[in-house]
Amino acid sequence: MAAGPCGRPLGGFSYLEILEAEALVATDAEEPDRRDFLILAGGAFAAVGGALSLWPFIDQMNPDAGTQALASIEVDISPVKEGQAITVLWRGKPVFIRHRTPKEIEEAKAVDVTTLRDEYARNEDLPADALATDVNRTKAGHENWIIMIGICTHLGCIPKGQALGDKKGDYDGWFCPCHGSHYDTAGRIRKGPAPRNLEVPVYEYLSDTKLKIG
Amino acid sequence: MSLHGSTYEPKSGFGKWMDERLPIGRLMHTQFVDFPTPRNLNYLWTFGGILTFFLMAQIVTGIVLAMHYQPSAAAAFNSIEDIRRDVNYGWLMRDLHAVGASMFFLAAYIHIFRGLYYGSYKSPREVLWIIGVLIFVVMMATAFMGYSLPWGQMSFWAVTVITNLFSSLDSIINGLGTTIVQWLWGGYAVSGTTLNRFYSLHYLLPFVIAGLVGLHLWALHIVGQNSPTGLDVKTKSDAVPMHPYATSKDAVGMFAFLILFAWFVFFLPDYLGHPDNFIPANPLVTPPHIVPEWYFLPYYAILRAIPNKLFGVIAMFSSIAVLLFVPWLDRSRVRSAKYRPLYKWFFWLFAFTCVALGYLGSKPPEATYVFWARIFTIYYFAYFLIVMPLVGWLEKPKKLPGSITEAVLGKDAAQAAQVAAE
Repeated sequence: MAAGPCGRPLGGFSYLEILEAEALVATDAEEPDRRDFLILAGGAFAAVGGALSLWPFIDQMNPDAGTQALASIEVDISPVKEGQAITVLWRGKPVFIRHRTPKEIEEAKAVDVTTLRDEYARNEDLPADALATDVNRTKAGHENWIIMIGICTHLGCIPKGQALGDKKGDYDGWFCPCHGSHYDTAGRIRKGPAPRNLEVPVYEYLSDTKLKIG
Repeated sequence: MSLHGSTYEPKSGFGKWMDERLPIGRLMHTQFVDFPTPRNLNYLWTFGGILTFFLMAQIVTGIVLAMHYQPSAAAAFNSIEDIRRDVNYGWLMRDLHAVGASMFFLAAYIHIFRGLYYGSYKSPREVLWIIGVLIFVVMMATAFMGYSLPWGQMSFWAVTVITNLFSSLDSIINGLGTTIVQWLWGGYAVSGTTLNRFYSLHYLLPFVIAGLVGLHLWALHIVGQNSPTGLDVKTKSDAVPMHPYATSKDAVGMFAFLILFAWFVFFLPDYLGHPDNFIPANPLVTPPHIVPEWYFLPYYAILRAIPNKLFGVIAMFSSIAVLLFVPWLDRSRVRSAKYRPLYKWFFWLFAFTCVALGYLGSKPPEATYVFWARIFTIYYFAYFLIVMPLVGWLEKPKKLPGSITEAVLGKDAAQAAQVAAE
């Protein structure tokens, strides 16, 4: 007579016969039994746990605390004469600061916003549905200055137009040489593959000649 | 697929002992010595072996370079120059690796076009083909990340432009694309953090390719090789053992290809690169005309041919993804284009289209170039989506030979050979 794991007799059946009988019961059962429930619940628990444990491995690639901490910079804009522009680096991105001429401001103001490809201001200080008027792209009292992230909204190249000799595109603003996007004097997309206006970051004037970005 | 039966006979005592425990010698013998190979394979069939060689060569030279390269934004550019100038034989390792990547792609393109011409994707080789496409995709990811490592201007701006492709998702769900791109970068712009992770993945992916190549070979040895006639091996006389017949032909093809490789390595090591990559990466200045490496130019032309950002990106990814569906898009019952008088013309026009797109991808995005890029982009997709399903249905194929043996020896000799083989 076969004996169980603890040496007890198994009622005349071999251990293998009992296992086979149990297997038949489990697979042929019409009604879900306790074992089915345990398998489902255990499986679901393991799947959710497995998925959750992936998160640290994914999240480690996001910008780290040190990168996030580089939040703001101060810029002295007094040396920038009318018609000139400077580029500063903020959060690893170039920021365009241009001292616009009256002609350039005029051109930017004359545009009917509804005819633009992207009619929103893309100004982080304003609500998302603010329109891309020249006023909404600059700050009141400082319309002669335009401050924007200098990254083409197409594929991230840096448009030309900051240096005096640069090609400024068909609208006197900026021109991206990579894939041919033209921006106007308020940094709005006018022609080419870019989908959006150049982004305006959060900034404030600490004084008439001092700017805080971020 | 063992028409000839195994001739494996372990000779040494150790060989016999091992054969009863881990028959790896028997496996290699069956798959790479006795394996029945169609007797009519031409030199285009030597590229599988050439590609295997290049994968191994890239891994070996890559491991050597990793011993000297420094993956940080401050040191990367100079460490490559140090490798080229100061490290013993560093110039050789760098040139073998950089030129090797180009040769790897050249061989892969010949291999893919061979598959397209002779219908190597058709039943029962669909899975074999799909694994091949996956290898190609991982190869592209590996090459792209490898190109970022010298951290020159082209490296930096290639990473910027290609990772920014994902920002096009912003026009589907606002913020989704930006979130993905910042996750890829590990910051708000491409930086040394990005370089570091690309280095890690560039080291990993070749081993993923090696695993996929294992599956590709496994699938190949289940269904058997296609042949220039598109016919399968049916009788003993249709095939020859892989060794020494196919292996010696492979060796000739490989040496011819290695001469080309060596010519570039020793005489034109930087010819296939871009001079701007000898300027250290500068996040404030985009080079006036950025182009990818030659092997990515056709896709770049497709991207730029479409004036909408999202659809440009979709078209570019689709140009690769469409390959996955080729086994079902081609409706012809005949495999080899040799017997498809109409399809043959469309095939060569497609090959020309790919070269033309490559040329246009290297040109600035100006009106005439963009116009032609659009024309060729349309044909690129039409070839897969219109020509493949329709031509298979319209054309009357030429008469196929009765067997591989008959295609090689003629009808009478084929019968004699078959009798002799039995």
